[in-house]
Amino acid sequence: MKYSALSIFRQALSGNRGWTPAWRESEPKSHYDVIIVGGGGHGLATAYYLAKNHGITNVAVLEKGYLGSGNVGRNTTIVRANYLLEGNEPFFAQSLKLWEGLEQELNFNAMMSQRGVINLYHSDGQRDAYARRGNAMRLAGEDAELLNREQVRALVPYLDFDNARFPVHGGLMQRRGGTARHDGVAWGYARAADSRGVDLIQNCEVTGIRREGGRVTGVETSRGFIGCNKLGLAAAGNSSRVAEMAGMRLPIESQVLQAFVSEGIKPFVDQVVTFGAALFYLSQSDKGGLVFGGSLDFYNSYAQRGNLQTVENVMEAACAMVPAVSRVKVLRAWGGVMDMSMDGSPIIDHTPVDNLYLNCGWCYGGFKATPASGWCFAHLLATGETHELAKAFRLDRFSRGYQIDETGHGAQANLH
Amino acid sequence: MASLIRCPHCGMRPKEEFSIRGDASPVRPKPEAKFAAWDDYLHSRDNVRGVMHEHWQHVGGCRRWLVVERDTFTHEVHSVVDAADYARARAVKPSKVKPKGKTATAAKGRAKS
Repeated sequence: MKYSALSIFRQALSGNRGWTPAWRESEPKSHYDVIIVGGGGHGLATAYYLAKNHGITNVAVLEKGYLGSGNVGRNTTIVRANYLLEGNEPFFAQSLKLWEGLEQELNFNAMMSQRGVINLYHSDGQRDAYARRGNAMRLAGEDAELLNREQVRALVPYLDFDNARFPVHGGLMQRRGGTARHDGVAWGYARAADSRGVDLIQNCEVTGIRREGGRVTGVETSRGFIGCNKLGLAAAGNSSRVAEMAGMRLPIESQVLQAFVSEGIKPFVDQVVTFGAALFYLSQSDKGGLVFGGSLDFYNSYAQRGNLQTVENVMEAACAMVPAVSRVKVLRAWGGVMDMSMDGSPIIDHTPVDNLYLNCGWCYGGFKATPASGWCFAHLLATGETHELAKAFRLDRFSRGYQIDETGHGAQANLH
Repeated sequence: MASLIRCPHCGMRPKEEFSIRGDASPVRPKPEAKFAAWDDYLHSRDNVRGVMHEHWQHVGGCRRWLVVERDTFTHEVHSVVDAADYARARAVKPSKVKPKGKTATAAKGRAKS
């Protein structure tokens, strides 16, 4: 069923009795050409692009919970492409281009809003670093604007510009960045993949990977054995556990990252604004709630919940950047399990096991990467060759010395 | 995670006094070790879902390095030992990680201290 203004009118006149489910309840078949483990944003996008770009529709997406129950529904919905390094920026630039046409392509309202992303700077050194980053973005064809203090004040008047310790000197603006409704993205990809014949199998946990002669032949699941020609892993925070089933140890640590939503208030925050003195990012949803987050909790965790110490740090950063929020009540807080890689950049690659392909290591940045990740992973699964945009995201880059270390922190997963 | 951690030197202290370094299981190779050993030490992780040994430092107290046995899924803390005791125990018996030295159990309340 195609969604349109006309379909809404039609349904309204017939008492909304004609709406059909957005996707089928699929039962697992005995064999698929491609199985994707993980029914989150990346897995669903991969299935969609496999069907659409490569004509491979005998595909199953296996999800241990319900579709979109992991990080795709747990992030702060920010979409941006403001990376510094060569291996990263063209990939995220392409992702942003895909975001711009996503709703029309999927025929689903993902509430994509290009409201602009502003990264604040608070010192001369930080301004120089942001100028360099902005130049790198422009070299990759993206938009970037270095704003001075007065330009920032005109856009974001409520900041604590004269904070004694971290005065706001200006910001780096990417106008095409913004937010998208994260659940809508998962549902849109799920519906579009399903309509092209992909089986979406929920409540189906992978418990083992069957191999014969070094090749993957299928997966053991909580709903029985399912055979496949190729297996793609897009299990985010649980990547290490799934890879272990195929005898692999990954350069990944799973850590918990928390996010928060406040009570609904009148329109206040027009852009996405990030603090430069601590890791803190703020936007406002269409319902009026302030959506914000900060750093990791800094310890390994699979728990999808965090500690109050980090909550306190995030609230302090919020009040340092925007004193006016000190009286806003926080409504909800939750945690997601991040697949933190050892250099802070993702992995989309072959593995040492034949027919097994890996998509992981997205750290904080998986949501914005969803379309390009699916695009490139589908290309890898279909053709067996690495996509041009993902050629730096190799699994063996750590042993070869080609890390893509945006922050320059070295091999310490929780500092990226 | 538990709000109170029993430091083997300082007794029961708030968790906020401690800083977490991460997985204690990788052992630093000798300087002359092969490249593959260094690569593995720096980059590969077991990333356990369940009980894990971690290096913590009691930065707001004795500043000693500790090894905390913690569950990464339930966040339960099972034991806390001094890192030196842990390393000695591991050097004697690589398979057995629980040392004989000074130990403390975080979950058991104040009765022992």
